[in-house]
Amino acid sequence: MPTDLDNMVKVFSRPKSLTDVRSTYCPGCQHGILTRIIGQTIDELEIAERTVIIAPVGCSVFAYLWYRCDAVQVAHGRASAVATGIKRADPKLIVLSYQGDGDFASIGTAESIHAANRGENITVIFVNNQVYGMTGGEMAPTSLVGQKTTTTPGGRDAALFGYPIRFSEMIAQLDAPVYVTRQALYDTKRIIDTTKAIKKAFTNQVEGKGYSLVEVLSTCPTNWHMKPVEASKHIADVVTKVYPLGDLVDRG
Amino acid sequence: MPRGMVTIDKERCKGCGLCIAACPHQVLAYSGQLNRSGYNVVYAENPEACVGCAFCALTCPDVAIEVYREKITT
Repeated sequence: MPTDLDNMVKVFSRPKSLTDVRSTYCPGCQHGILTRIIGQTIDELEIAERTVIIAPVGCSVFAYLWYRCDAVQVAHGRASAVATGIKRADPKLIVLSYQGDGDFASIGTAESIHAANRGENITVIFVNNQVYGMTGGEMAPTSLVGQKTTTTPGGRDAALFGYPIRFSEMIAQLDAPVYVTRQALYDTKRIIDTTKAIKKAFTNQVEGKGYSLVEVLSTCPTNWHMKPVEASKHIADVVTKVYPLGDLVDRG
Repeated sequence: MPRGMVTIDKERCKGCGLCIAACPHQVLAYSGQLNRSGYNVVYAENPEACVGCAFCALTCPDVAIEVYREKITT
């Protein structure tokens, strides 16, 4: 092993806009990868001084502890509405609304759709892990048909509970959003694709283009009762069949 | 192929194993040692095989890995 550090260059280090606080996510939770990607993007665009992160209710409720920038923790589902208020009060700020599927696609449906329809100049990251993680693994509107959760122990029955909602496709029908995409994190290529998508979503806001939504398919090893590597494979083999990856709208 | 090196912050590692699966050169493995939080932490079992591609660091959800690569001198 080369131990001579003089002859080595550091090619990967912790982003400067992340604090030293350890995340509260479970082992293998891909929320952590997203946290790192967001930190890296804020570093690259040099916007830490004017970024405001909206922490939702959900597993990412403590997001305000992890970034060296301003943050607000808001009521369940209202992140897009608060982001709208902050952005309109001071358009120089870069506002990121970071929301999970229970927050964005269930409780906050009205706020999410109308912020998109108004074309607010904000960036929304929608983390879809098909389950309510923090409260103990209940069914979310995004849960797959047949998926076992604590509230659907026999698997989600479409006749009783409906079908998984493709929220990004709904938002893509609107005229206002400039960028709507769905990405995943199950292998290195997808992680790099997601990094590019998030950078684009932030850049759109910096350039004043309008509403950008990045949906990210994420794992919940704890509530899916899978090992982290197995859960990544489940995304690749099963979840992407229901939620296809790719750009839905790109008017940037 | 340049040589690389990874450093793993033991107290940040939660032992999820995503980096072990992501490494294309089978550098990483579980150490069998527990950190203060009780997680079985990952270490570089075959450090000489590392090329510094940083796939492990890109995958690490806890940003516990830093990657170095040999300077190319011509």
